[in-house]
Amino acid sequence: MSKAPLYGLVLAGGHSRRMRRDKASLDYAGRPQLARAVELLRARVARCFVSIRADQHQDPQRDGYDSIMDLLPDLGPIGGIHAALAAHPDKAWLILACDLPFLDAATLDHLIAQRSETHIATAYRSSHDGLPEPLCAIFEPASRVVIEHWLEQGQHCPRTLLARSNALLLEPISASALDNVNTPEQYAAAAAQLAGDTPPTSGTQPPADPHSPDGARPAHAAHSLRLTVRYFALLREQAGRSTEALQTQACTPLQLYQELRRLHGLALDPQFLRVAINDEFGDWHARLSDGDTVAFLPPVAGG
Amino acid sequence: MNAFSLHDTVLSTERLRQSLLDPGCGGCVVFEGWVRDRNDGRRVLRLEYEAFAPLALREGSRILAEARERFGVERAYCAHRIGSLAIGELAVWTGVSAAHRGEAFEAARYIIDQVKHRVPIWKKEHYESGDSGWVNCERCAAAADEHTETGHAGHGHRHALT
Repeated sequence: MSKAPLYGLVLAGGHSRRMRRDKASLDYAGRPQLARAVELLRARVARCFVSIRADQHQDPQRDGYDSIMDLLPDLGPIGGIHAALAAHPDKAWLILACDLPFLDAATLDHLIAQRSETHIATAYRSSHDGLPEPLCAIFEPASRVVIEHWLEQGQHCPRTLLARSNALLLEPISASALDNVNTPEQYAAAAAQLAGDTPPTSGTQPPADPHSPDGARPAHAAHSLRLTVRYFALLREQAGRSTEALQTQACTPLQLYQELRRLHGLALDPQFLRVAINDEFGDWHARLSDGDTVAFLPPVAGG
Repeated sequence: MNAFSLHDTVLSTERLRQSLLDPGCGGCVVFEGWVRDRNDGRRVLRLEYEAFAPLALREGSRILAEARERFGVERAYCAHRIGSLAIGELAVWTGVSAAHRGEAFEAARYIIDQVKHRVPIWKKEHYESGDSGWVNCERCAAAADEHTETGHAGHGHRHALT
């Protein structure tokens, strides 16, 4: 059986909230990132598309590219992947995020060479934490039903999807190729590197501490979220703080709590807690967004 | 004034009572929760209350709106202390005024019960023996340590994860 033809999709439908500017239009070495990503991809796939939200339909930055509009709103990256697989169900899709300025041809070529059609997807492991990197990955036609089932369950996190599915995970060939850029500070540092003065110091930098504030270099934690966490009562005492700002790979409050539980040695099992997102009660399986404030609430005892 | 309020200074019962006055009301029920000198057989020296203020105000106000709606009472207020409280101090006050006494009693009972279960406020007891503990938290923490399901089932603080 021959492999399904490979199409390419650049995800450019994000809100770029932390960057406060459209990530697709950010300039690196004189060219906007969307154009750089499309160029890299186009040479390697049969057809190349740009994923957009409905309200980006006439956006000049995206105009001029073949586009695929999200079918379901506000799902984040998985909404773009879902729409592409629905539009061309017999094709495999090489998905690329629009915030990977260090992505190189070798990384894409290796991904394509290693592609396995007996898996639903082929992806790199993060050089930071070993988890799948879903936004530089090939999704086979068979992934469509898996994604649809995932969405029906109310799940949105593509990283968790790949971690739990039959995906082939490759070791990264470059430590920084999948570093993403989320904040103005990270952009300034990345743009300076790519301007030619300092080549990316592949593999020589220690991994970013996911719990420290952004440094002036791109985060190693690709597609991570910047969150504020609040602790109360017993959890506040055990965490040794009432609030903290952090960067995390977690997609849901439950994943976040499990991460923090290990980090701070929190005693309370999540079954005894409630979670609040942005000052309102929330769901443990809700999809967290960049900039959210998450509070973990121990058993209450007013009165 | 917000129907549910948090205070880091002594509550004025007279001012709170004034908020209930209504010419259409023939009855008023007030519940006061005080700091007691013992709990679970241990001598308590003082209490410390902590709140997640924005959500506590929101959830408290929702409870009061529910009470007005369910029982048809005219006015319903609740004020809760935060910070350090001595034995005998007023920790929580809730008051309801209504046309008749029946719905006022029911609404007041509903409010204080719901507030204790739903509003993100926590209470730490400082004991005579020198140690201290967060009410309702310590048993859960101990249960998690033991990785056992026994001993805490039914105390009403487990929350569904799905």
